[in-house]
Amino acid sequence: MKEQELSSGVLTREEEPQEGERRREERRSGGRREADRSHTEILLARMQSGPVAITGICGRLGRRLARQLHRERPVIGLDRRPFPDRPKDIEFHQIDVRRKKAQDIFRQGELAALVHLGVMHDPRGKSEEHHSWNISGFQKILEWVGRYDVPKLVLISSSNVYGPRPDNPQFLSEDVPLLGGGSFSDMRDLVELDMLAQSFFWKRPDIETVILRPSHILGTVRNAPSNYLRLKVVPTLMGFDPMIQVVHQDDVVQAIRLALEPGVRGVFNIAGPRPVALSHALKLLGRATLPLPHGIARRGIDRLWRLRMTSFPAPELDFIRYVCMVDDSRAREQLGYEPRFDLEQTLRAVDDERWV
Amino acid sequence: MPDRAPSPTQLATLLRPLIRRATNIAARDVIPRAQQAYGAAREGFEAATVRILGDDFDARVAELRERYQGGDPFGLDPDTAKLALGIVSVFHRAYFRTEVHGLENVPKGAVLLVANHSGQIPIDGMIIGASMFLDHDPPRVIRAMVEKWVQTLPWVNVLFRSLGQVVGVPENCRRLLQDGEAILVFPEGTRGISKPFSRRYRLADFGLGFMRLAIETDTPIVPVAVVGAEEQYINIGNLGGVARAVGIPSAPIVPQWFIPGLQMPLPTKYRLYFGEPMRFGGDADDDDSVIGEKVELVRQTIQALVDRGLAEREAVFW
Repeated sequence: MKEQELSSGVLTREEEPQEGERRREERRSGGRREADRSHTEILLARMQSGPVAITGICGRLGRRLARQLHRERPVIGLDRRPFPDRPKDIEFHQIDVRRKKAQDIFRQGELAALVHLGVMHDPRGKSEEHHSWNISGFQKILEWVGRYDVPKLVLISSSNVYGPRPDNPQFLSEDVPLLGGGSFSDMRDLVELDMLAQSFFWKRPDIETVILRPSHILGTVRNAPSNYLRLKVVPTLMGFDPMIQVVHQDDVVQAIRLALEPGVRGVFNIAGPRPVALSHALKLLGRATLPLPHGIARRGIDRLWRLRMTSFPAPELDFIRYVCMVDDSRAREQLGYEPRFDLEQTLRAVDDERWV
Repeated sequence: MPDRAPSPTQLATLLRPLIRRATNIAARDVIPRAQQAYGAAREGFEAATVRILGDDFDARVAELRERYQGGDPFGLDPDTAKLALGIVSVFHRAYFRTEVHGLENVPKGAVLLVANHSGQIPIDGMIIGASMFLDHDPPRVIRAMVEKWVQTLPWVNVLFRSLGQVVGVPENCRRLLQDGEAILVFPEGTRGISKPFSRRYRLADFGLGFMRLAIETDTPIVPVAVVGAEEQYINIGNLGGVARAVGIPSAPIVPQWFIPGLQMPLPTKYRLYFGEPMRFGGDADDDDSVIGEKVELVRQTIQALVDRGLAEREAVFW
């Protein structure tokens, strides 16, 4: 089943560059000079088949992306963690991106793009370390992308930057303010990162900056929503049952691949299949639920958190309390993105450990 | 010397005729009578439900299910909606005995129903919703815009969501209109619903948001007048300070709420008047004064409909 999905992914992939080329062709036909033209052609060739650098490649999403990408173009991985049994043709550097040495990778290779997956989300980590890693690390990357003229930068942000709020519209567009950090300080890093990428987008119009904001990514990934749905008994909030959006990890990989197309730039929300009520999702997964009043749940989780018995910070409870869903019509229209996994497949993916 | 206690076998022989007799009586008399009574009760209940729900309720629900088959993005749940409509129809048909006028004025597709708001608690919205579902052909589900603070109330938020009500922000309204839904708006908001009795049927100021949306999406506006809701609870004043302190939109003083047994609204007769659809052109981003003039036109139309209803009715309760 899974293999089939993947092979069908390979088939569609074959057609996509052509479409990108056509878009590029249209842009070029604006009557430019010959020299300019040859330059764009070289750049285009580089963007289509040049090496792609992936930071945080050892995360589960990074590995999935790398495994798909390395078959058709060179992939350079950067991570502090080791990359066990990596495909041989992936060039891998186990370094901290904040180090000077990481610069060499940008200097040496004519990079076609940089995909930044190295956002640290570990809520257990020390917050200063977190901040330094996320913000200074990303600033360094922006500096090098700018200095060595990498033609494309892709940041995987999250729909969490909008924040779950009682006055949210049902579907948030890309233009609404990022209020996610308001009640949840751990989200501030991500919001700041998103902002940094946005200002880079305006500062360097010659570099195609893409910010993807996927909704809750489900699969073998170790993120809060997947971990939450993997619990044997799932605590819910009594009297709250918001609509949620989930997206399969391979659909996010597909979105990243589409973002790598030449000519694509801007901010895109990424959503999966149709939204569903949280209770309905849990019913589909056949999970036992434990409804708790909000006050008790909040205090209980706070205590468990201090005792280091849970990895869910209490403010994250708002995600099962209020709605935080995105409107992905821009991604569908401009990227040609279309989720391939339906609701049930996406939800079931959290139990799927076969393809780690 | 006392008798020995009877052995279990002796006890069985003693009790057997008694048991047989009891079974006979049960089989001959009790069970058939109970069945009869049950059957009668059931028939009576069915007759009552048909009278209240109408004989095509199931067909109407089936239409609703078909409409929201693929799952509603806002979380409308047909089962909850069916249950709620069943309950509301008791109020609609039996308790308030709603009289509906001009329902044929509601056009197909996207429409904004703009109504006067009254009655301390939003029963008027429920009755308009029931009327659009039970009396209108084809049945339509009303999507109303609700206050943001409702989202913070446990259970209430889930109930409202399951019934197809959405948070009152323009983005939601725009999306629903694009999907061809019927939206109910009370532009008076809390100013209207918690009017004291002395100001009954005098429409408060209207918000301008609905008009901008109507112009932007080119949606017809159907003015709706609700007559009868003002008398269901007699409000003698509002406690603004309390409302602000507790964080609720208004805190009306309704004497009957403090008398045990009178918490239900008084069984006034509801009268609904649907006016002819109004269309507005122009620029949605116009100045407040320009938009305000158009809003005033709608407000006056509704006030006229209310006045007509008041003139036509001879009694409050029948």
